[in-house]
Amino acid sequence: MVGLGSSLAASPNVLAQPLPGVDPALPSGARQEIRLSNLPDKRVLFQHTDRPPNLETPITALDGAITPNDRFFVRYHLPVLPTLDEMAIWSMEIGGDAATRPRVVKMSDLNALPQEEIVAVCQCSGLRRGLFQPYVAGVQWGHGAVGCATWRGPRLRDVLALAGVKPEAVEIWFEGADGPNLTGSPDYRKSLPVAKAMADETILATAMNGAPLPLLNGNPVRVVVPGWTATYWLKHVMRIEISTKALDAFWMRPAYRVPANMFPVDQPFVSQQQGDTWAITEMVVNSLIASPQNGEQVGRAGFTVRGVAWDRGYGIRRVEVSLDDGKTWFDGLLGRDYGNYAFRTFSFSTGNLPIGPRSVSVRATNNKRERQVDTLKVNPSGYHNNLPHRIQVLVA
Amino acid sequence: MLCASSAFAQALRPGPGQDVTEQVCGICHTVGYIRMNAPFLTSDQWKGEITKMRTAFGAPIDDETAATVLAYLNQAYGPAR
Repeated sequence: MVGLGSSLAASPNVLAQPLPGVDPALPSGARQEIRLSNLPDKRVLFQHTDRPPNLETPITALDGAITPNDRFFVRYHLPVLPTLDEMAIWSMEIGGDAATRPRVVKMSDLNALPQEEIVAVCQCSGLRRGLFQPYVAGVQWGHGAVGCATWRGPRLRDVLALAGVKPEAVEIWFEGADGPNLTGSPDYRKSLPVAKAMADETILATAMNGAPLPLLNGNPVRVVVPGWTATYWLKHVMRIEISTKALDAFWMRPAYRVPANMFPVDQPFVSQQQGDTWAITEMVVNSLIASPQNGEQVGRAGFTVRGVAWDRGYGIRRVEVSLDDGKTWFDGLLGRDYGNYAFRTFSFSTGNLPIGPRSVSVRATNNKRERQVDTLKVNPSGYHNNLPHRIQVLVA
Repeated sequence: MLCASSAFAQALRPGPGQDVTEQVCGICHTVGYIRMNAPFLTSDQWKGEITKMRTAFGAPIDDETAATVLAYLNQAYGPAR
């Protein structure tokens, strides 16, 4: 047994001052709890918890279209994690009652299939949960439970074809190597509807930004489900079942549910609709300000607002910036287009400004003309917070 | 399997029930989860969290221990703080 905590123990742990980049609107307990982590394959992240590890990307590291692997956020639900040594001899099983030829799949099998590459945003469903009002129980994420990477690997549908998919298949079930330490705790299991599992964009990633996946981001294989929140991007995939049934598991229901019809969805997850709640699926249009920082002092000759925007797969049409609390909005310049599932960078130069405090807000609109909300859509688990990010700077 | 240990887990606030709370909650997760969700959870919400851990996660907590933990959380981390 290797204690992950032993490496975390080396973290700077004396924090008299609030960390720059931690939103002051988070609950007081959450703000005091955040530490700077110091993990073997990561640079500094905001550590909310060490067991299981939940680590947030500092917003300053979200200023580009691609988030570096060593700054990518980490989210686990359960305390037992695999080691890189265990994953080095990885293989997985594909079976289920709708598989025609259940079999074991090795890394060489994945590598022999056509390789796809996609730039896609991986975003925790609970991004900015810590900024809900009223506060909602759970990991009190701020702005950095999101990142964008170039993912590479075979299409999931090509992998499933190795085992054969019967026409009566309804869902694809996934299980990873991470898990609980009590027999009574639900293992982390998730499923996808067949249509999304077979979609062009859905892959089993064996590489992230041109390198093997970091252990804490799912080494050696994770499911990449562009447009959908990260709860489906299951890490350390060990077993896939092609099933005629809906997965009845804690992490599908009652966990990760949103009120029916509250958020726009194109591909409803029909087999997981139950009563007045749906399984969370597609992300909502969103954006963040990576620079300047909240509370920063800026020059009166003006400054440049930079950040990223993303949505559920239509692509970003427009990013607007307001310098007067949302009364008037100006169009920002959009950066290079890496595809509809990627971060879209933006920038906006303010020009001269009078001395004094000033708020800066940003809001994005996608190509389906969905815009970030003006009023938070309150839901019990604190998902899909896409209020415009607003910071305060001091013009001096 | 690598079991992430909480080598530098800090103690919870002192009070009746601190020891048992650290012990039973710490079986599966750092007690930092408690601090993180304080002080905004109400007594009913703390009770709901304990019930979830017992029923959904199979935490080995009997009724008497659950009552001790709830009383401790209300006193040490409740919104009255």
